[in-house]
Amino acid sequence: MLLRSLNIPKAEFEAGTGWTLKPEGACQGEVCIPLSQSAGDAIDVASLAGDIGMPLVAAPEHGLWALGPASVGSRALTSARAPELRLPNLDGQEFRLSSLKGKKVLLYAWAPY
Amino acid sequence: MWQALRNELHPKGFELVTVGLDTLGNEGCRAFIEAAKPEHPSLIDRHHVLADLFGVINIPSSVWIDEQGMIVRPAEAAPAPPRSAASPPGFSMPGAVPQRFVDIMSEAAKIKKDAAGYHAALRDWVEHGAASRFALSPDQVVERSRPRDRDHALGHAHFALATQLEIDGHHAAAIPHFRAAHRLVPESWTFRRQAWSLEKVGDGPLARFWQGPNPDAPEAWSYASDWLADIRASGAENYSEPWRP
Repeated sequence: MLLRSLNIPKAEFEAGTGWTLKPEGACQGEVCIPLSQSAGDAIDVASLAGDIGMPLVAAPEHGLWALGPASVGSRALTSARAPELRLPNLDGQEFRLSSLKGKKVLLYAWAPY
Repeated sequence: MWQALRNELHPKGFELVTVGLDTLGNEGCRAFIEAAKPEHPSLIDRHHVLADLFGVINIPSSVWIDEQGMIVRPAEAAPAPPRSAASPPGFSMPGAVPQRFVDIMSEAAKIKKDAAGYHAALRDWVEHGAASRFALSPDQVVERSRPRDRDHALGHAHFALATQLEIDGHHAAAIPHFRAAHRLVPESWTFRRQAWSLEKVGDGPLARFWQGPNPDAPEAWSYASDWLADIRASGAENYSEPWRP
């Protein structure tokens, strides 16, 4: 996920990374990773990234950071439960994959290049 | 092609969600989407979050997800339905076609696709759900998803940073991060093709397909490789991993 600040609201971190912050740690599917400090409403991204093993890359001259995905379990998927996907359509309206619960979905990646 | 298949399977509780992976966003995707007139969700992914979330490394790729939100097939090559004759818009090439495009088309034609096997499996799954032998178990799904170590994860972070720098108009600043992503995630064709496509050669809809050094200034090329060199080096027949039931 992309960041303009290293201190962000918990909800933003959760939406951006797909990890849920619970008392027992950062969780995705059945996997939970204990955290060195309990996460409040504001998140210290650098500390949390270290705990979960997410790489943080900076372009400080542009006030921009990028947080890479976790590599828990050494696979792209930590769990077979589909992560939430939130992306806009051409009109800028946000679509959520979870809105299609109850249907079989084929998610298809293409590119115009 | 996909639209027709979606309409056929939609009454059986099936939905297609197409995602255009392009940092240029609407500017890059609009003509293709409007030509396809999709009735299904058609989304724009400027930062390639599909790579982060699902391990997509190539296009076209698909992920199958069941009614409970469980992935039953992780990212894999998704050939177009058999016997499709559709072509993207804006592809009438006036005058002489540059040799590079002839070469690219010739390599692309060698890319192996098992469209019949893939689409028979898709229909079987839509019909039989969890009882279909093509619906994998949760353990198989995780095991078959792309390998991801710390280098891969770091490469994804560099790629995301590059896409935002590009969007913000810092093209030169984006390039070292695209290069880092290519080095750290060498198996990702989309990471490379995205970056190459931002180095336009000429004008018009084909400018993004050149994907290599400008013959008038080859020394200005920023990347370690290019589309034609890489597809020749790896062999077009290895571009997509073979369909595996």
